[in-house]
Amino acid sequence: MDIDTQILVKSAAFVGAGMAMGLGAMGAAIGEGYTAAEANGAVSRNPEISGDIFKNMLVGQAVAESASIFALVVSILMLFLDVPLDNLLNGAALLGAGICMGFGAVGSGIGSGFPGGQACVGIARQPAVASRLTTNMLIGSAVCQTPAIFSMVVALMLVFMGFDQAPLSPTWAALVGAGFSTGLAAIGSGYGGGLAAGASCEGISRQPESVGNVTTVMLVGQAVAQTPSIFGLLVSFILLFKRFPESYELQAAMALLGAGLCMGFGGIGPGVGNGMAAEGAVRWVARNVKRAGELMRIMLVGQAVSQSTAIYAMVVALVLIFVV
Amino acid sequence: MAIEGADIVKAAAFLGAGLSMGLGAIGPGVGEGMVAAKACEAIGKNPREAGLLTRTMLVGQAVSESTGIYSLVIALLLLFVV
Repeated sequence: MDIDTQILVKSAAFVGAGMAMGLGAMGAAIGEGYTAAEANGAVSRNPEISGDIFKNMLVGQAVAESASIFALVVSILMLFLDVPLDNLLNGAALLGAGICMGFGAVGSGIGSGFPGGQACVGIARQPAVASRLTTNMLIGSAVCQTPAIFSMVVALMLVFMGFDQAPLSPTWAALVGAGFSTGLAAIGSGYGGGLAAGASCEGISRQPESVGNVTTVMLVGQAVAQTPSIFGLLVSFILLFKRFPESYELQAAMALLGAGLCMGFGGIGPGVGNGMAAEGAVRWVARNVKRAGELMRIMLVGQAVSQSTAIYAMVVALVLIFVV
Repeated sequence: MAIEGADIVKAAAFLGAGLSMGLGAIGPGVGEGMVAAKACEAIGKNPREAGLLTRTMLVGQAVSESTGIYSLVIALLLLFVV
């Protein structure tokens, strides 16, 4: 039986490492591809400043890359770290860490590509505001990375926390569920934050004097778009830190796994939707800057409604953890 | 450790409740975001009609919300009734 446990934990580490890097490579690659595609369009439009566009493209891509670098770090850690092999819970934790980091890098990677691409197009349109566009792009895509950072935090906690005293069941389901909750919820927030950041770069290149209002509305919109991933982080922390009484009934484990899946999937839609609302608001603040206050208000009302399903998902997740 | 039929049914109900609410939340979230984006666009184009547009947005979002509420109802039924 000893050998079986060791093989299982080691396999979980390898499967987790594969999921972290495999899923984690998707987002950044798509986002960087978008940036490069837009940069090509921009160079063909205004070849004289191809140097500036090229520089901006590389900076934007470097930020988008960071999500998949997090995944690479977690993946390498899991391959070479000496985890105690005698406890099956470590296997569940490593699997959860891989799921969390893999899914968590998808949204941020794609989302960071939008401001990069739109900043390149904007530089071709208005070369005079190139540095302002690059600054705005960096702010926007840095905020896009936060969901991936949340995922990395949860993944590292799963790898390093150690669960020696906890009962095997249902703690294993709590650990895998914690991975799903933050990882999946990060997809929507990362992608949505990117939509808002892309629209702000586009808007600044059209109306450079609106930069203050545009950046403010972008940051407010992105902050609201991050909330589903914060809900996901909250549910993960509860699953990680709460002590669950030992129970070898299947239902106790499935309630915790269900809570993680519920919050994780439930965070995707509101994250994307909040980002779309912020995108619309930012785009039109740039075009009609006198109405910035009104647009921000309608954006927040729309986002609040769009947020409601994430709140339902959190309620059901908390009921699954604490009530049933 | 013996797993009984009633336990499996309960476990499936819990997992189903999580998937119902989780997957069911994706559509309304995205849909309502689209509505809000277009409402911002419309108000940016025609700010004088802001009141009418806000009302239209909220009614549209309420309709889009309905499937999220169905998911919530099914999840709560799975948790507490069946």
